[in-house]
Amino acid sequence: MSLLALEGVTKRFGGVVALDGLSLEIGAGEFFALLGGSGSGKSTLLRIIAGFEAPESGRVVLQGSDITRLPPPARAVAMMFQSYALFPHLSVADNIAYGLRRAGTAKDAIASRVAELVALLGLAGLEARRPHQLSGGQQQRVALARALARRPPLLLLDEPLAALDSGLREHTGLELRALQRRLGASFVMVTHDQSEALALADRVAVLEQGRIAQVASPRELYDKPATRSVARFLGAANILEAGGLPLRAEVEAPAYALRPERIRLADVLPAVNGAAAIVLEVAFRGGDALVLAQASGQVLRVVLPAGATLPEPGAAIILAWEPSALAPLLA
Amino acid sequence: MKRAFLALGLGFLWAPVLLMAAYAFSESRVPFQWGGFSTRWFTALAANERLLEAAWLSLRIAAASASLALLLGLALGWVLARHGHFAGRPIFGALAGAPLVLPEVVTGLALLLLFVGLQALTGWPAQRGAMTVWLAHSALGMAYVAVLVQARLASLDPALEEVAADLGASPLAVFGTVTLPLIVPSLAAGWLLAFTLSLDDVVLASFVSGPGATTLPVYLFSQLRLGMTPEANALAVVMLGGAAVLGGIAWVIRRPG
Repeated sequence: MSLLALEGVTKRFGGVVALDGLSLEIGAGEFFALLGGSGSGKSTLLRIIAGFEAPESGRVVLQGSDITRLPPPARAVAMMFQSYALFPHLSVADNIAYGLRRAGTAKDAIASRVAELVALLGLAGLEARRPHQLSGGQQQRVALARALARRPPLLLLDEPLAALDSGLREHTGLELRALQRRLGASFVMVTHDQSEALALADRVAVLEQGRIAQVASPRELYDKPATRSVARFLGAANILEAGGLPLRAEVEAPAYALRPERIRLADVLPAVNGAAAIVLEVAFRGGDALVLAQASGQVLRVVLPAGATLPEPGAAIILAWEPSALAPLLA
Repeated sequence: MKRAFLALGLGFLWAPVLLMAAYAFSESRVPFQWGGFSTRWFTALAANERLLEAAWLSLRIAAASASLALLLGLALGWVLARHGHFAGRPIFGALAGAPLVLPEVVTGLALLLLFVGLQALTGWPAQRGAMTVWLAHSALGMAYVAVLVQARLASLDPALEEVAADLGASPLAVFGTVTLPLIVPSLAAGWLLAFTLSLDDVVLASFVSGPGATTLPVYLFSQLRLGMTPEANALAVVMLGGAAVLGGIAWVIRRPG
């Protein structure tokens, strides 16, 4: 059974459509990512789930009950803001206890829950500090602890890693996922960073102009992007239009995605699924090498394994790939 | 060179004040003539019933109007900063700030006409006095408090209030536990500003006051025509001392950490 269901949610701001009849189901215990560029509607969707925006039409169903018209305090949903929004006038412990106090939890129950969260998120010794005395990573963990305090079945995370230094991001992301696994709660994360979404989420929804372009597991999204724009947004893949290079795929489609690591160097130009090309750039990347090659009006990205002999820029090469490497794009 | 300009600037600001304070300790009857050191004017001040009465009234009106201005200005600033777009919002905003730019004589005259008209229509206020001065000063102070509150609210991250609601706080609890504590500095500043405005206002008080309700500035101003004594200087020194203490307290409170 799904924990959260969105049914035909539509939202406009003035004349601009932010969400266009969007439907989505999120399961219990799932780490779900909403991936999209700016203006894709991903943040609006998060704010509708939290109750800060009301949709013009459609329903938000949480644990089987319709919460579309409920105000934020009445929803069993917690949100972590991109800015963390820690209360500057309260200590770390009081920040974490805020939701419990509003719920009228008994004093000793609050104290033990705060202690539990402080231990869980490694904040020991910082309880009496004010938010401005904490590092970015510590602030992020306090915001997380505060959101988790009332054990919400669903946690919404708005760009949870965006405010962190790049060095901290990967590590913190993995910690976030480990925490989600341990708690068994559902996490819904909004991000514009495809590698973050692919690395952390169980399932990813790619949003475009208020609609879902594709919902899939990271592996599937990477191997079989549904449309040209999804393939382009996920980056790195070559997009080959039917009717350009001589192609033979397993499924007929108007265009195909071709992963750069599935292209190899050949000695003889095959009749189909191959191209003669001129090397433009070669970048050695340690584990492998990236080659940019010009083939009949299109620049192809080719990733060669580390052991391969690398061509020189300007050299003429022949590229080839298997029919199974061509992932059909529907639009 | 820089020091010279600094000295010049400070002198321009402070020389009249210090000179006035110095003459409070002069023996001479003429306020601008040095007649040897004396504290007789402080003694005379303590015995001047009318002046003390006016000062006490002024302090009470200032405190009461600053408090009313605080409540009304808080509500006004809150609406202007947090309730986005509603019908008539631009006009409402402009009207709210009008007391800041209207000449005080205009405000004073308008309020006088209002009170007189109200009296003719409803019988209230039966007499102009401390009550009408209080209302007039509150209206003026309210605009200043509203500006300060609005500016402070606009600089707060709206996510702070949203996250409080998300954590289960009712709108009232959000205001009490998050918004209010965060705007307290501007509320304190607003109260002090309204207090000061009321304490040194001559114009509004002259228009809307009545018999038996003479505020200190109005009293001093009327004494000018009769010929001043250094009692006024002595009073100024007392008030200067009070302001210095208040300023010191404010400085200690506002010091971070």
